[in-house]
Amino acid sequence: MATSIKKLPDTEQVLSGNGSCGGCPATMALRIVGKALGPNAIMLLTPSCAVASMGMTPRLGYNWPCMNICFATAGSSASGIAAALEIMKEKGRLQGELPTVFTWVGDGGTYDIGFQALSAAAERNDNFIHFCYNNEAYSNTGVQRSGATPRGSYTTTTPAGKRQPKKNMALLMLEHNIPYVATATVAYPGDLYDKVVKAKNIPGMKYIEILAPCYLGWQFDMSETVQMSRMAVRCGAWLLWEAENGKITFNNPTSLIISGKKDPDPVDEYLMKQGRFSRFLKGPDAAQRIAEIQNDINYEIVFMRERAKIAV
Amino acid sequence: MQAVTKAYRPISWPMKGSGGDTGSWRAHRPLVDNKLCSKCQLCWVYCPEAVIDRQEITIDYRYCKGCGVCARECPTGAISMVKEE
Repeated sequence: MATSIKKLPDTEQVLSGNGSCGGCPATMALRIVGKALGPNAIMLLTPSCAVASMGMTPRLGYNWPCMNICFATAGSSASGIAAALEIMKEKGRLQGELPTVFTWVGDGGTYDIGFQALSAAAERNDNFIHFCYNNEAYSNTGVQRSGATPRGSYTTTTPAGKRQPKKNMALLMLEHNIPYVATATVAYPGDLYDKVVKAKNIPGMKYIEILAPCYLGWQFDMSETVQMSRMAVRCGAWLLWEAENGKITFNNPTSLIISGKKDPDPVDEYLMKQGRFSRFLKGPDAAQRIAEIQNDINYEIVFMRERAKIAV
Repeated sequence: MQAVTKAYRPISWPMKGSGGDTGSWRAHRPLVDNKLCSKCQLCWVYCPEAVIDRQEITIDYRYCKGCGVCARECPTGAISMVKEE
């Protein structure tokens, strides 16, 4: 059972009046992450919307020591800082509890550009948390195609809709044999909070991916951010799961879909609410194209159900 | 050499309003009806700007960007969006 909203702590690590868009799912998620991590943490940001949201010098929108690093270096920079902190502790220059090192990276810095450094850090099992807030496109630079963009989605580099399905990054990270992998989304804050608290107390590399429906990139009304994230989970387009030491467990409501107790909602309504699919789904063969996207979703559900049965 | 004071270091410090008075971005203003409010705190948890007070359910209009997530997620319909003058 996920932590109830009334039991979440009062700590605010995201300060009001930052530079993010109204209804931004990334700051929404970062607030919950901040409640779980507390003030004793070091934040690393690769170029993404989160850097633009920090605001203007000499003010900073996040209540942590923040460092802006190169796009491809999320894994390597975090490894370096985690190692430096351990040595400082050893030499007695740092007293008390070690700060949590975490990276706050978009899907571009995780799926495409940052993958090499991240994969190497996971293989070394360095002690930090990698957060990927996944808005399924390069939204900061004006919505370009990324490895996380699903089939049929409009971006400025795929004007007729992307032809390929997205890749399952969380599963790729699980295959690196790291101690903790989880997926979450903004509509289930208690679930996200629990996962971050769990990750904080595990030594080694942790990977948490958060689905963040960006209203500019996905082209829906900005007040529907949370609703869209909830719909993605209910129709199975986003699966909520966590894996501790390689053992996958599903969280509600995905566990109901996986175990077959509840059928996933049909994907039509979820697709039609988003402007990014409108061009792909226009024309006489719209039904066939919806079936194609539905097939991608069904494939993921079946694959993850069978993958979860493998437990060492 | 001139001593480098806190203000002249090229470092940012955590402060509210790093993007300016973001309340001026707002097109619609959320209004809370305290009679309907059940204090479930859903608006507080979903607010991306952290402008909603948890106990009193009051909104800091200086920084509220008017996204309307609180009004959409409110289960009792206590928050309504009114067009700004």
